[in-house]
Parts: sequence; structure tokens; C-alpha cells
Amino acid sequence: MNEIRCAPHVHTSESTSRIMFSVAAALLPAMIGSIYYFGPGVMQVVTVCVAFCLLSEVISKKLFGRTASLKDGSALVTGILLAFVLPPGIPLWIAALGSFLAIFLTKELFGGLGFNIFNPALTARTILLVSFPVQMTTSYLVPFSYRTDAITGATPLAALKEGLDTGIPAAWEMFMGGRAGCIGETSTILLLAGAAFLLLRRIITLHIPLSFILTVALLSLATGQDPVFQVMAGGLILGAFFMATDYVTSPLTGRGKIIFGAGCGIVTFLIRQKGGYPEGVAFSILFMNMFVPLIDRYTLPTKFGFSGKAKK
Amino acid sequence: MFKGGVRISSFKELSKEGEISEFPIPGKVAIALSQHTGLPAKPLVKKGDTVKEGQIIGEPAGFISSYVHSSISGRVTSIENRNLPNGRTSPCVVIERDDTITGGKESGPAKGWDSLSPAEITEAVRQAGIVGMGGAAFPTYVKLSIPSGKKAECVILNACECEPFLTADYRVLTENMEGVLEGLRIICKALSVNKAYVAIESNKKNLAGAIEKHISAMRPLLDAGLRILPERYPQGSEKHLIKSVTCREVPSMGLPIDVGCVVFNVQTALAIKKAVCCGEPLIDRVLTVTGLVKKPGNLRVRIGTPVPDILEACGATLSTGRKLVIGGPMMGVNIPSPDVPVIKSTTGILILPAVPASGKKGINPCIRCSRCIGACPMNLVPAEMGRYAEKKRWDDCRILNINDCIECGCCSYVCPAERPLVDLFKWAKAELRRNGS
Repeated sequence: MNEIRCAPHVHTSESTSRIMFSVAAALLPAMIGSIYYFGPGVMQVVTVCVAFCLLSEVISKKLFGRTASLKDGSALVTGILLAFVLPPGIPLWIAALGSFLAIFLTKELFGGLGFNIFNPALTARTILLVSFPVQMTTSYLVPFSYRTDAITGATPLAALKEGLDTGIPAAWEMFMGGRAGCIGETSTILLLAGAAFLLLRRIITLHIPLSFILTVALLSLATGQDPVFQVMAGGLILGAFFMATDYVTSPLTGRGKIIFGAGCGIVTFLIRQKGGYPEGVAFSILFMNMFVPLIDRYTLPTKFGFSGKAKK
Repeated sequence: MFKGGVRISSFKELSKEGEISEFPIPGKVAIALSQHTGLPAKPLVKKGDTVKEGQIIGEPAGFISSYVHSSISGRVTSIENRNLPNGRTSPCVVIERDDTITGGKESGPAKGWDSLSPAEITEAVRQAGIVGMGGAAFPTYVKLSIPSGKKAECVILNACECEPFLTADYRVLTENMEGVLEGLRIICKALSVNKAYVAIESNKKNLAGAIEKHISAMRPLLDAGLRILPERYPQGSEKHLIKSVTCREVPSMGLPIDVGCVVFNVQTALAIKKAVCCGEPLIDRVLTVTGLVKKPGNLRVRIGTPVPDILEACGATLSTGRKLVIGGPMMGVNIPSPDVPVIKSTTGILILPAVPASGKKGINPCIRCSRCIGACPMNLVPAEMGRYAEKKRWDDCRILNINDCIECGCCSYVCPAERPLVDLFKWAKAELRRNGS
């Protein structure tokens, strides 16, 4: 027997799992780059994050009796993204705890895939940052130091904030990824390669990343900061292309996405300049996540039959 | 042009080159008394009566209703409820063929229609039982009767046939362009309009030269123009066609006449020509049989012909993994049993691959990717409407203008989570109608 289906009877080849696995594939170049810069320890963090995300997903499904399956790939993407926003030298048990926070607390408690208000990976990172401030801020490795004796260093933004002379790399170094930072955030070029793939696959649009990055760059320029440094020194590229574009926690329409991205840019800039933390990308995205329902409400498209031309 | 819509592989090459072939007169037909929008026709025959081809067997029961004619000569064996290809049920007059009964309505020699008044044309169309043959089956004479206070300014001949797979209208236009365009002229006369457009999708560009030739020949009498529109579903949707051709936007919950336009399908125009010039009632139509069939093609079949007869003749078998869809793949109906008669709005019979019943329950969650918003030609927010409908929040659906949804299927087509959005919207609209809003 066949299933009786309502129209339409043809369907695009795109699917939730294809989208998720494409995002995972887009993150691969940056992951490989990170292993090159920070050593095989990176693989351990990624593996622990992915494994515990999948495990948390299975437990949650059992607990809440949800129908969606692991095959949709969303837990895999969350796992990789969480690893990407952790320092390379993070103790593995903290990474495991973070995975549980991302999947169970942030996603499943809010209703599962599609219903979470906050970005799971960034929420987990933020909780870890306030819970384990020491491990989360002193586990940044100096590139290539794993080959001899792994030494930790300050991220460029932290160095700037504390007025250190060392630890501020050249623009070229930051573009390639040879600087201290979270696992997945350092290599601008490899992240852009992955982002280009997602743009070509039409999985993301430029609305959010462009408005986010441009806002940060323009505000830096206006206040006499180095815009190139501000764009590449922290988690902005990773955040703008892979975190802020998360479908579930970003607005639906193009106009809404631009407002969302610009808001992220302003908050990031304010935290970096005025806040207590050197970096504000994660906070800014979570902050703007809260505005998504409001933005959606005020950026609905003009419906057919309602334009100025249409007269009753 | 309108915003949104989707580009879909057309699959039209399967049947595009197949000349229209006459399907043999079936041994038995079931003619639905309700195969049009509006009230079902009142039966004028009873069991045991003999009827002739073209004889009226049902009369309109109100303003929005239609005459129904017998498509063969024979004997009425019963009047019974049958399932229809559009998923509804209707009382049907079942007629068994009897070749000894002769003297059916002769189609007389073609008459000129120049001397006819608009009212006379409209009456001829009403008598012939013509309804919109593009799928909506709205009684055509009602469309020709412009309500007071409104004025028709232009007529659009809808030859887009934007549904994938279907080629019946294309074949009719190719093989009888003169008849179709004469129908268009008759329509313009009935509406006292002297501005007309023929609209095709670019995949029928090969007809452009011939259409141009015909319309330039009629230019002294009628200011007609050809519009070649991009191949984008739902280009042939009435509201979107008007927008593409005239840049006018039919207001929400309004009708085409609100912006001075009236739209007719290719086969409707031809039926009007035959009715007005030859006195022929609507007793047959051309439909496309295609998909997973041995002999795809375009057939002229009598109204009431059993679909199983057609499937057999075209070498189509139904089995697990294959489903029967009546109409196009975007808006057609997947019916569980092929045991239905052809009705005036049956545009095609498709055999498509099906998913075996899995017993899986539940709908995949929306991931808010917003593809549906880009695809919606009405610029609605299907993602949100779907979430509300899932939670039975009908009023929230209404606030998002769910009643403007044309059920074209673009949102469901692009949804990566394969959410049955159109299904949910039909449900929500039905609930809203029930609650009177």
C-alpha cells in the first residue's frame, strides 16, 4: 500500500539532513586548519563534543518522546560548533558538560529542533565561561607550540584589552589562522572557504554576515580602531557566517536578517570597547536571539493584493 | 512579474510531441451532476431513460451552477453517488452505450457569430454547460456576466499551463490555434472588450510565431498582444498571470474583475467557439496521461469516461510505489482508487512514484530556513502559518492572511523538512470557514 499524500507530489531534493551535513562539511576546512595550528588535541575536543551532543540528543528523545531523529544531523553540527568556540586546551570534561548544556538545556528543554530561542553552542559556551572562567580563558594555545611544549597565550583581543605588547599578530597571520584563539575561529581564509560553499549551496544568504561584519568594521573605522584587526582578531567571521545564520534563532525575512546582523555588530562592538570581556560576538548573538520574534513581527513581507497599487 | 514562485523540471517532453488522439467512446460513462463550482445540477433523466449524445441530462440549480450533457448515446442505468477525481463525491448519471440509438445532436455547419449580441453568446455558453477547464471548473457564463459597477477592460487567454507534466493545453493550442483564438474573439465580443492578451510560458516559445501571425490578422477587430512569460510556477495562476501581463494586483480576497481583467483557459476558449459557432455542448476534453506510463500522450476523452479504461489503454499499472494523481503534480489530487469518471476539469492523469505507507506519525519540525517565504507567490509567511495550524491556532492563521493562500504548493515543494504545509493550510481554512470567519 502507498501513502495517500496531499499535493504537491513533487519535492525539491533539499532536506533538513542535507542542509545540516552541508554545514558540517563547510566547517571541515577550519577544523583541519585548527589541527595544523593547535595539534591533535583539537581532535579530542571535537570528538568529545560531537559524541556527547549525540548522546544528549538520544537521551532527550527518549525522555521527551520526540519523533525527530539523529539522522537530521543537527546534533552533529551543534557538536562541531561547540568545539569551535572552546579553547584548544580546554579540559575534556568541561567540553562534555558543555555538550549536554547545548543539546539538553538550550534545545530540547525548549521543544527540540526548531523551537530553541538561543543558539545552542553559544549558550553552552557562555555558561561555561561564567562557570569555569579560569579554564575558559587560560586554555588558549600559542600556534605550533604543541610540537614542543604546549604553551598558552592570550588571544589578540585579550592582548589588546590588557594593553600587552606581545600577542598581537600581523594581519596576514590572522587571515591564515596562526594566532591564539578558540578552536574554529582563528583561520579567516578557511572559514570563508566553508562559507562560500554554503552561499553557493544557497544554505545561507549574505544578509546576516555582511550586515554583522560591516557594522563592526564601520564602527571601528568611525572610532579610530583598526577595522581589519577587529574583523579578524576574534570570533567575528565564525560567528557571522556560521552562528548568527543559524536558521532557528535568526529572523525569517531578508529585512529582518539585516536588522539582526546590524544589531549583532553594534553589541559586539560595544562589548569589545566598553565591556569587561575582550570578545563580544557570542554575547551579541545571544542578545539579538531574544529580539528575533519581535523583528519577525515587524518585518513581514508586503502580501500580494495589499500593495499601494491594489485598490478595493 | 510576481515575487516568489519556484522553478521546477517540467517533464513536459514526455508527452509534448504526442498529437491529440481520440479515445474510443467507452461502453459506460458516469456523468457527475456536480463537476463544477457551485450548486450540483438537477437531474432531468431517470433510470431506464434513453439519452442521446449531447442531450441535456442536468440543469443548473442556481446562478452559479451548470448544465450537464450526456457524452454518449445510450440508456441510463442508474443515478448513484460516485467518487470524483477531485476527491469529492457527487451523484452521477450512469449511462450504458447503445449504438442503436442514433440522432444525437448533430453539430451543424459553422455559423457566423458576428450578428450575435453579447447576451446571446453568454446564453449559448450557458446552454453548452461550459466551465473553466483549467481546473477550477467555475461556470464560464458567470464569468461572462460582469456584475454591475464593474467593467472588463481586457481578456487574457491563459496558455501558460505552468503545472509540470501537463501538455494538453499546449497540444490544443498547437493543433487548433485558429479555433482557440476565434474563441478568444468571441469572448471579447461577449464582454464588449477590445483588448486581449495571449500569455504563454517561455517553454512554448515555438508557438510564438504562429500566435503572432494569427493575432496580427485579427488586429483590426481586436487589439491583441502576445506575452511570453518566464517559466516559473505558478505563472498560470489567475492572480499572478494578471500581475505578469498587466502589472495589476488583484486585491486580497478580490476577483480579477476588480482590476478589469477576465482570464480564460485555452480549452475553455475552444469550447466557447464550438458552442457558439456549432452549437456543440461540452461533452469531451483533452487531457494528458503521463508519468510512469508506457504510452504517455494527450487524449480527447468523453466526459464520464472511466479512468481505469484510460489507464489500461495507456499501459499504466498501479502498484506499491506508484500513485495516481489527477491534475498536475503541484495541485493535483492523489486518489486512493482509480475508479472515478473524467470530469470537465480533469487536466491530466499522472502516475508518479509513491512512498510506501510507513505508519510513521508526526510532522518534522520547522527549522525556520525561510525558503517557503521566498517561494510563496502571495508573499505570505508559510513557516509561521504552518506552526500555528499545527497547534490549531486558527485565528492566528487568519491574522497572517491564510485565506489569501492559493494552495499552489510552492511552500511544501521547497520545504526541506517536507512539512505538509498546504495540507495544514487547507485544514485551517476549512476550520475558519466552519467558524464563519
